[in-house]
Amino acid sequence: MQRFSALSLFRQGLSGHRGWRAQWRSPEPKAAYDALIIGAGGHGLGTAYYLAREHGMRNIAVLDRGWLGGGNTGRNTTIIRSNYLFDESAALYDHAVKLWEGLSQTLNYNVMFSPRGVLMLAHTVHDVQVFQRHIHANRLNGVDNEWLSAEEAKAYCPPIEIGRHLRYPVIGAALQRRGGTARHDAVAWGFARAADAMGVDIIENCAVTAIHRDAAGAVTGVETTRGTIRAPKVGVVAAGHTSVVMAMAGLRMPLESYPLQALVSEPVKPVFPCVVMSNTIHAYISQSDKGELVIGAGTDAYTSYSQRGGLHISSHTLEAICELFPMFRRMRMLRNWGGIVDVTPDRSPIIAKTSVPGLYVNSGWGTGGFKATPGSAHVFAWTMAKDEPHRINAPFTIERFRDGLLIDEAAAAAVAH
Amino acid sequence: MSEAFRTRDGGRIDRTRPRSFRFDGVGYQGLAGDTLASALLANGVHLVGRSFKYHRPRGVVAAGSDEPNALVGVWRDEASYAPNLRATQVELYEGLRAESQNRSPSLRFDRGAMAGLLAPFLPAGFYYKTFLWPRRAWARFWEPRIRAMAGLGRAPTLPDRDRYAQTYAHCDVLVVGGGPAGIAAALAAAAGHARVILCDEQAELGGSLLAETEATIDGMAAQAWLAEALARLAREPRVRVLPRTTGFGYFAHNFVGLAERLTDHLAEPDPQAPRERLWQVRAREVVLATGALERPLVFPENDRPGIMLADAARTYLRRYGVKPGSRAVVATAHDGAYRAALDLHRAGVAVAAVADLRPDPEGPLVEAARAAGIAIRPATAIAGTKGRLRVRSARLVRIGAEGEAGGGASAGETVGCDLLLMSGGFTPSVHLFSQSRGQLAFDPVSAAFLPARPAERCRSAGACRGTFGLAAALIEGYAAGEAASAAAGRGGAPGLGFAVTGAIDTRGGTLGATPHGRDAARVKAFVDFQNDVTAKDVKLAVREGFRSIEHIKRYTTTGMATDQGKSSNMNALAIAAVALGRPLPEVGLTTFRMPYTPVSFGAFAGFARGELFDPLRRTPIDPWAEAAGAVFEEVGQWRRARYFPREGEDMHQAVGREVRAVRQGVGIFDGSTLGKIEVVGPDAAEFLNRMYVNAWSKLAPGRCRYGVMLREDGFVMDDGVVGRMAPDRFHVTTTTGGAARVLATMEDYLQTEWADLDVWLTSTSEQWAVIALQGPRAREVLAPLVAGADIGREAFPHMSVRACRVAGVEARLFRVSFSGELGFEVNVPADYGRAVWEAILRAGRGFGITPYGTETMHVLRAEKGYIIVGQETDGTATPDDVGLSGLIGRTKKDFVGARSLRRAAMAAPDRKQLVGLLTEDPREVLQEGAQIVANPQTPAPVPMLGHVTSAYHSPTLERSIALAMVRGGRARIGEVLFVPMPGRVVKVSLCDPVFFDREGVRLDG
Amino acid sequence: MLLIPCPWCGLRPEIEFSYGGEANIARPADPAALTDEEWGAFLYLRTNPKGRHAERWRHANGCGRFFNAVRDTVSDFFETTTKPGELPPSGGKS
Repeated sequence: MQRFSALSLFRQGLSGHRGWRAQWRSPEPKAAYDALIIGAGGHGLGTAYYLAREHGMRNIAVLDRGWLGGGNTGRNTTIIRSNYLFDESAALYDHAVKLWEGLSQTLNYNVMFSPRGVLMLAHTVHDVQVFQRHIHANRLNGVDNEWLSAEEAKAYCPPIEIGRHLRYPVIGAALQRRGGTARHDAVAWGFARAADAMGVDIIENCAVTAIHRDAAGAVTGVETTRGTIRAPKVGVVAAGHTSVVMAMAGLRMPLESYPLQALVSEPVKPVFPCVVMSNTIHAYISQSDKGELVIGAGTDAYTSYSQRGGLHISSHTLEAICELFPMFRRMRMLRNWGGIVDVTPDRSPIIAKTSVPGLYVNSGWGTGGFKATPGSAHVFAWTMAKDEPHRINAPFTIERFRDGLLIDEAAAAAVAH
Repeated sequence: MSEAFRTRDGGRIDRTRPRSFRFDGVGYQGLAGDTLASALLANGVHLVGRSFKYHRPRGVVAAGSDEPNALVGVWRDEASYAPNLRATQVELYEGLRAESQNRSPSLRFDRGAMAGLLAPFLPAGFYYKTFLWPRRAWARFWEPRIRAMAGLGRAPTLPDRDRYAQTYAHCDVLVVGGGPAGIAAALAAAAGHARVILCDEQAELGGSLLAETEATIDGMAAQAWLAEALARLAREPRVRVLPRTTGFGYFAHNFVGLAERLTDHLAEPDPQAPRERLWQVRAREVVLATGALERPLVFPENDRPGIMLADAARTYLRRYGVKPGSRAVVATAHDGAYRAALDLHRAGVAVAAVADLRPDPEGPLVEAARAAGIAIRPATAIAGTKGRLRVRSARLVRIGAEGEAGGGASAGETVGCDLLLMSGGFTPSVHLFSQSRGQLAFDPVSAAFLPARPAERCRSAGACRGTFGLAAALIEGYAAGEAASAAAGRGGAPGLGFAVTGAIDTRGGTLGATPHGRDAARVKAFVDFQNDVTAKDVKLAVREGFRSIEHIKRYTTTGMATDQGKSSNMNALAIAAVALGRPLPEVGLTTFRMPYTPVSFGAFAGFARGELFDPLRRTPIDPWAEAAGAVFEEVGQWRRARYFPREGEDMHQAVGREVRAVRQGVGIFDGSTLGKIEVVGPDAAEFLNRMYVNAWSKLAPGRCRYGVMLREDGFVMDDGVVGRMAPDRFHVTTTTGGAARVLATMEDYLQTEWADLDVWLTSTSEQWAVIALQGPRAREVLAPLVAGADIGREAFPHMSVRACRVAGVEARLFRVSFSGELGFEVNVPADYGRAVWEAILRAGRGFGITPYGTETMHVLRAEKGYIIVGQETDGTATPDDVGLSGLIGRTKKDFVGARSLRRAAMAAPDRKQLVGLLTEDPREVLQEGAQIVANPQTPAPVPMLGHVTSAYHSPTLERSIALAMVRGGRARIGEVLFVPMPGRVVKVSLCDPVFFDREGVRLDG
Repeated sequence: MLLIPCPWCGLRPEIEFSYGGEANIARPADPAALTDEEWGAFLYLRTNPKGRHAERWRHANGCGRFFNAVRDTVSDFFETTTKPGELPPSGGKS
């Protein structure tokens, strides 16, 4: 791997950057590998990276029907945080945050992890109760999360309107200072480059069309648009398309795929110092290094693979943004796009073995998978390599739905009474 | 300042109406009808901005919404500051103030331009390769500096006062684009009596006709024809013409978003008038007539102020009467530039040379230029330009037979100029077509992606379909309008030909970088002007292994600027295709994303601000509570009185007083927000049997029961009292926030699972006002007001319901209690709610009747250990977890959620169960949400046993109380556990969740 | 915003409707007879197809009624909508 550094950049600059080589190869698929990963997003590429680095599995390949990082990895609003309520979730997401903190150096690729703080706004008495529960649970789990008064929230993020006249006034906020953002594309590219350097084949434009199994039902490989590829282990990390891929192995999943939209404004000079989320009025906003306000919208009501949603969904989000930040009314939407998110009934992911020997699945990240990328990849690689879950992902099985052992973060935050 | 570059006559500006304006603090004069860009050019100002990355000086390149460089901030006052507006679209008004962006301290001397010196070390994606060490340096040091350099304009700092409107519209034919093709389409559709909406992003409709001074249509000068066509459309009652309206988004099922700008062009807008209006149009048929955009040429140093698109220069001259320079060089691969050269020549601008990339340019325009004495250099490219803040000269080099330019930094001929026009040909605007998921196909003849297979009911016409030439555009537009009208079920139109003279069809074009003979790794030939992406950046991306056009776009940021690559995408694609060694159509386009041009957040938000952001639901008694000085809280969309402080009381004191009043006398509470559903029909009881855990068949009319409803997964979803009014009629209540959810769930089961049951469901939440009267004196207050029912202790026991009259109003009177005291809930029609409330208050005056709010209600019920769904439960609690398994009908075989409760995990002994908590210090009120542990000394992660769900000071017990969900809690009653708080630990003992009157004797008063 | 053909009311905009998920997953007549595995499958497992999807909608802010639809989840175009009890469209997954 060609090392990246200020010095290498300087040297290349002197020679017109003619010496840079491809960050990853574009290999032809081999007939057989020790393991295959379906889906070259951040989670899939990361899985390959950790399989190669920590488990010595280098004769492996990552397959993708399109281009790497082209799914939700390249379409999300890049929020990173770990202040989840339940022990299982906090452990998983905080594992990821700890990996984020050193990821640029580990990968020798600046993924621009920026712990600028994630501020979650409370608008009602119920919000306060829910946030306090999170804060206490997080503290005991060793996850930072603190309560701010409305004035303290405004001091941390000056554009917030905290007047009592608002329809949903801000009455406080929970702040995770270690939370923040990262550059989504760089995560995919950084993992791809580092995995490739260890011999992992990343094969783009290679759609899986069937999963082959032997008489005992165990996985033996896959059929693709570029031929048959044999492998005793297959990990499905196909995000919105997970149900489609798993159906090839005859499995129905507790998943539904919904359109999720996001948008950016035209770039402006630094004006927004952190990430702000309001679950109550559905607003998620930060400012990118480029200067764009990055805004997450909600999911559409219906399942779809169309990678686009309705105008009313984006509009609803901008209503909330304009309400909280009335000086942004004159900012303009530059780009709006959609992704396909696979949602589980309890809004927590599935990172698990399946009933099919040799078939593993990492899915169900819903609207929040980006933040978990390195942690998810790390424990999924463990699961694939050892054929047993890592301590952290052990609760995130498919069977938890059968057994009623849900990890229901959404319900825990739900508005009721 | 005088308008030195204004022509003597011509153009569509109004020479009788001068307009003064300021740019970067300097005063200038323009004319009504100018854009800011044309007015600046009339004053000889070309330098208008700085680029994003290298802060290079930049000038006006285009004349419309494709402008990449001339971005300005415009404001009347700070609250109306709008950054990043294109000067080419800002209409001039008297007193307009604008400023340039992304420069410090000034546009002419920008410190940021230092980045240009470092440019050799800042190629595409440089930031991925450095700033890695030390580990924290990125976020702490480098990132803030990069952010400060990036961005364009600045965000407004004050709340925007302007209003934004929204409207929905339906039409038979929506025509997007008001050039010749679009106008012809609208004329045809109007002739077919279709309902038509025609929109165009410019202030005036007409498109290319606005700069057309030679052609005639049907014997009229083109602009006269235009005026008449528009007049005809204006007379049609079924046609709506929307200028200043951009079709920005094409959504599923022919739903198109239009953004109309209403006041930005006015000197003194009516403050009541909306600034913008968002149109959401559902069209039966859509005609896209969105035109085409001229492409820049990618040659070294092609970005200096004074370098402009050829057709833009022509627009400035013909439409605005502005000479964009004194001495021009024209670089082209397309005939259109000759027309610009001829126009400039005739207007007195010296045209030093036309450098045509093509070896043997020919055709009528070329001949006309030659005849006018303009020097034409075939097979000639631009190898570079000079000039810091304005182009000073261009270097022309011959292209050899192999397509390569003569080498060397000094080869060729240097031609002095202050204007360099370029034309790489035209790119059809297929943005909306592509947004609609229509399929594009590459047309090798025109070297363009053209609409191929539509996904929606839409047609493309004119230049956006690759049909150039005025006559062809008119005919095609008319045919599209006619077909659309017919497809929409309206009439066809009489066939119409258009007799056009004087319009000369043009040809040519090139894609990608042009030859220059210099070291490609060293020159800056810009592809994306605004984001400073050069040809070599695109090649670098390919060299580094980025093969997908989406990767190349993301790595180099080409096409990601505020113009979304309108002028750059095809050139970038062509350069990438060459570098990849693959045919261009195989490399493919990146996805077109809405909006076509940026749209204000305010337009999307529309009316939804303040009170209209989300409707606030108020009960009939709310005005009384407001007058009584209540403090409110928001619950769902409702606002509810939380407590009624008296002079000098805080919440604690007010709640203490209210609680004591209920326990000792009588309190009155507005329960109107409760959800209510009328369940009626012969099978009503059976339906409720299936929906609730409880059994209902044996509930006698006139009695009521507390019911619990589960989700099918076994977890508590909602609760409430259900009264049986008659054998076939139930009055069901739900939680305040759960009303809609419960009704939807009931409808789902009733309609789709048990359609055989004869039951009707009606939401009555807003039909009934609910007045709760609680306390030992409640009956004494109420009895005199009740007619038609005996509410005595024996005749009307706890959990009864009667239809009767209260204070003369038809009522449903419940005897229920959520306080543990003798209680009644009076349901009266909502319109009588306040009157009855006041009547009861009057009746209770002698008993010290005390209004109380939700906070007091919460304390009262917590003292009794009554749960609140959503507070004690969180979507993961079973009935048994919250101590309600006794409600489950033992004889029922099935109900919603029953099967799920039979799973092993639902009976696990370590499930979280409802318990009471008492702190060691009776004054200590625990924090709701605090966690409970066995050993607070354990290092993190500390195993948590549960959490505090409710905690209050109990005025009744004169100490703190709390409810909690604790693992295996019921078996732990009596144990001491710990609640760790920041910096300290609170010791708690577990107890029964019922703190007061465990026997329930007070229910009878 | 989709345009949805309510079988009773005709074409109406999506905001008038609520989505009901995959169609033709009938609640078992005797849930007690099911294994945990079977019950879990009823509760949670979904086809989630890419392409033709038999699904339920309710014209919640209109006539209030549920109906079945077949929609292509790639293009979001509706193939057909049917009243409850009507035969599912031929080829529709039931």
